[in-house]
Amino acid sequence: MREVAIVAFGQSHHRRDSAEVSEVEMLMPVLHQVLDAVGLRAGEIDFTCSGSSDYLAGRAFSFTMALDGVGAWPPISESHVEMDGAWALYEAWTRLLTGEADTALVYSYGKSSPGDLREVLTRQLDPYYVAPLWPDSVSLAALQAQALLDAEDAEDTGADERALAAVAARSRTAAEDNPHAQVTGSPPPETLLDDPYLVRPLRRHDCPPVGDGAAAVVLAAGDTARRLCRRPAWIRGMDHRTEAHSLGVRDLTRSPSTRLAAERAGAFEAPADLAELHAPFTSQELILRRELGLGEGVRVNPSGGALAANPMMAAGLIRLGEAAAAIHRGAADRALAHATSGPCLQQNLVAVLEGDVL
Amino acid sequence: MTPAPSPEVLQAPLVVEFPFTRSLGPVQSAFLTGLRERTVLGVRTTDGRVLVPPVEYDPVTADELSDLVEVAPTGTVTTWAWNPASRRGQPLDTPFAWVLVRLDGADTALLHALDAPGPDAVRTGMRVRIRWAEERVGAITDIACFEPYDGAEGGEAVPHSGEFTDPVTGIVAPARLDYTYAPGRAQSRYLKALGDRTTQGERCPSCRKVYVPPRGACPTCGVATDEQVEVGPRGTVTTFCIVNIKARNLDIEVPYVYAHIALDGAGLALHGRVGGIPYDQVRMGLRVEPVWSEDSRYPDHYRPTGEPDADYDTYKELL
Ligand SMILES: [Zn+2]
Repeated sequence: MREVAIVAFGQSHHRRDSAEVSEVEMLMPVLHQVLDAVGLRAGEIDFTCSGSSDYLAGRAFSFTMALDGVGAWPPISESHVEMDGAWALYEAWTRLLTGEADTALVYSYGKSSPGDLREVLTRQLDPYYVAPLWPDSVSLAALQAQALLDAEDAEDTGADERALAAVAARSRTAAEDNPHAQVTGSPPPETLLDDPYLVRPLRRHDCPPVGDGAAAVVLAAGDTARRLCRRPAWIRGMDHRTEAHSLGVRDLTRSPSTRLAAERAGAFEAPADLAELHAPFTSQELILRRELGLGEGVRVNPSGGALAANPMMAAGLIRLGEAAAAIHRGAADRALAHATSGPCLQQNLVAVLEGDVL
Repeated sequence: MTPAPSPEVLQAPLVVEFPFTRSLGPVQSAFLTGLRERTVLGVRTTDGRVLVPPVEYDPVTADELSDLVEVAPTGTVTTWAWNPASRRGQPLDTPFAWVLVRLDGADTALLHALDAPGPDAVRTGMRVRIRWAEERVGAITDIACFEPYDGAEGGEAVPHSGEFTDPVTGIVAPARLDYTYAPGRAQSRYLKALGDRTTQGERCPSCRKVYVPPRGACPTCGVATDEQVEVGPRGTVTTFCIVNIKARNLDIEVPYVYAHIALDGAGLALHGRVGGIPYDQVRMGLRVEPVWSEDSRYPDHYRPTGEPDADYDTYKELL
């Protein structure tokens, strides 16, 4: 099988509001950043794949506007997923594995500022039984968090409100080293627990910031990857799985799709030293840690994770990018990257990345 | 090169509203019709579990399901979340709890709202019952909400034919989302210039092409276009079509001509209506200029300038 690696990663500064720029204007500097990093020009990339959502933009076929930023004339080989860019990366990876392309540009972006994100996300729910009730994204995550707190094995998972606050404090303190993060720094967990509930049992610190942002990566195969990058982040395996769409048939305290995707990606074949988990809500990190079997020795979300910046459609791709960047700079040798999409960890993608031993 | 002025950010409300008309399969039809008749139906899976709300395919085995059963209107909360501020469209307009409820006789849980005085009155494991909406139409909102109930758990799922008179076969799910649309730097500059009745293009620093309307990027080079160039007001018809269908809410007599018009100095054509000339006399190369109606924020149409037609070679690249 061909070897494929992430060879460059770039992201915007994630901000609450970016009304002064259009999607393509927000995205273009990020595209230039990754192309410059590998010395390629627009037009020299074999395959381009993007992730974004019309419901964020409030108009149909919104991704076509962003295509101006990649130099789509004369015609390029291009595809789009109406999902987080992590799934666009998956498509690009399979394209490179077939041998039809040696390089791929993957990007994604989302501006949540024009709409009310909690309402916008209700439109991804089952339209017969659930969406007519307009349950917002924070409320659905709160149902999952309460299930975790009430579970018979809550003592095993250590799931209590203080543990959730500890996840928030650790993530946002780590984000102080991340110049792209939207929210950085945190009081200690004990202080966080004095805050009122947003949707009980979640407080504001248990929830991700709402913001605008973009991210991009370049993938390359084999010797091309070695030529473009001093230490490519080789994708050893990647898989994505989904849960049943009805929340009431799932055990919300577990994520079997994450575990299965990780198993198929080879995550359990050797220990990782770093994991970038897409856990927009604190309770979800506890669930993911258990499914992925992450022990104390694994650095989780040194970037600050989605609790520090969660640009819709880009936050999952950023997890893959952050994990790869850690390998590029020698800060990790084997990393797990996870992306999620949908309510209560509905869809999950897991990738295993490794750097050559220099 | 004119340095780009820092534009005032333009913003405008944008409402996206649409009714989704959805047809129901046999199982969903029975469930929603049942709600109209105060009857809650589930579906039994091949391994004997009862799914409420019911689905047509088993989420585990993918078996097709059609074995309908009736369950009780009472149940047990399996998890909850206290929502201190109701949002538009939600079942109750007072603070309430979101709950997943496993109805007596069911093995799975249904999402809905619970009317309770406060979070201290809610817990996992509490007993609840359905409060029916006064007017029911065959929708999930026929359950107004759940309310606390002190009866014990009980009741097996019993077989049900799923047959009702006048079954509901479809639902209309209205959606409305409110946005504040902001067009970004390039389009803001273009729209502001239009307010002064000028047309502002942007030149690509790499290929030198002038884009109008500008979107901030050159789709050929993939770089930002930031050099402001005023184009027009006159231009040349590069191609056109004759419209014979009258559009709803459009007060223009048919037939009329819709054309691609390359404004002088622009690197590509934009489109507009051509008037002031019989429709069958419009031609490629016709020289035109914009006509602004009072208070309009864009040209109403373009009319002939009376100049000789443009030479084909001057616009052939813009076709
Ligand atoms: Zn250009």
